[in-house]
Amino acid sequence: MLNISGIHEGYVLDHIRAGKAMKLYNYLHLSDFDGTVAMIMNVESSKMGRKDIIKIEGPLDTIDLDVLGYFDHNITVNVIHGDKIVDKKILRLPKKITNVITCNNPRCITSIEQGLDQVFVLADEEKKLYRCQYCEEKYSSKGHRK
Amino acid sequence: MRHLMSPMDFSVEELEKLMDLANDIEKNPEKYSEKCKGKKLATCFYEPSTRTRLSFESAMMNLGGQVLGFASADSSSVAKGESVSDTIRVISCYADICAMRHPKEGAPLVASKKSLIPVINAGDGGHEHPTQTLTDLLTIRSLKGNIGNMTIGLCGDLKFGRTVHSLINALVRYENIKFILISPGELRVPGYIRHDVLERNNIPFEEVERLEDAMPELDILYMTRVQRERFFNEEEYLRMKGFYILDEEKMELAKKEMYVLHPLPRVNEISVEVDEDERAAYFKQAQYGVYIRMALILTLLGMAE
Repeated sequence: MLNISGIHEGYVLDHIRAGKAMKLYNYLHLSDFDGTVAMIMNVESSKMGRKDIIKIEGPLDTIDLDVLGYFDHNITVNVIHGDKIVDKKILRLPKKITNVITCNNPRCITSIEQGLDQVFVLADEEKKLYRCQYCEEKYSSKGHRK
Repeated sequence: MRHLMSPMDFSVEELEKLMDLANDIEKNPEKYSEKCKGKKLATCFYEPSTRTRLSFESAMMNLGGQVLGFASADSSSVAKGESVSDTIRVISCYADICAMRHPKEGAPLVASKKSLIPVINAGDGGHEHPTQTLTDLLTIRSLKGNIGNMTIGLCGDLKFGRTVHSLINALVRYENIKFILISPGELRVPGYIRHDVLERNNIPFEEVERLEDAMPELDILYMTRVQRERFFNEEEYLRMKGFYILDEEKMELAKKEMYVLHPLPRVNEISVEVDEDERAAYFKQAQYGVYIRMALILTLLGMAE
């Protein structure tokens, strides 16, 4: 059994679908984060069979967790302060996501303009539909997400 | 500072004001002939569109202003690889307002975010062409007295026709509008217009294949071209091509006050014999295009009052 110690201050992202933690690591730009990150993968779970967990040790509010709602709203976000869980964040689809997904429309200005942020706006919450802010094409995950 | 990216940027009330101004310009052009003296309009056209560019230039000249710009990407620094963001920052130093046409969708929006002057989207790929829609609305309102309580026929290529999609989006905000959508099966309006715009707003509409079937009911007929290459096969094209050509015979089926609009250029979808009919409004529509652009320039420059 592998043991990873608890954290004093930060987040524990639980109930991540097994095998998806690395993707989430990239979405959250954790490689740029100046704290300790533990990736725990393929853990046994009574609810999910198998799951991934990410522990992030560092000051709160240094990571933009909005994108988690887009990624998978079933992820549990435990907020840790003083070694205790002080809050569980309810994930919602973010109204806007920046530089997480890219526009597939070859006619879109994002295909040629240098240094332009990839911005998507939530168009339909029920259908989980996002549209590119520039060309308004809906985002299609083909070729981007499994 | 305000820009124009989509016809939906203006509320119905703001559109009314804009159209009131355009109609006042139409009646009293001399009152506005020096309003923009000393102001400059930059027409940044990354792809050729002579008609739209000249309409903007004519509008600014009618207001006593001056124009500068480029008419294709070859003659601009974009050919050297300059970004839209950089170009507009430079243009902001040269002009007071900019009309931008670009083949890439969303390019004018990118420009507006970096610009120090108002930017007007003069067409961005297959996305938006708001001044065409404003022109269409002004033409309908000027000919019929108001927008609302009418049946509007949209005929031709309704699948790829950007002007048609924009016009439907703009018209659903008015009272008691009914649409008759006239097109071949393969060129019907896309699902998102049918479901997200028409059905969601409880707008009555019918879809028919033959123009004759719709003619007697219409108050406005908006014609667009059906291109041969859009058909799946030659046989279908030959069977249906006559359905979408407006001629005198079909005009006889229409009401006495049913006006015909067309974004132009036309090829053969309206026979030249129809031009003589008093209900042919497409050249008048081009004139309204200048008036609405004048009103828009004044409004975005904060000189409308």
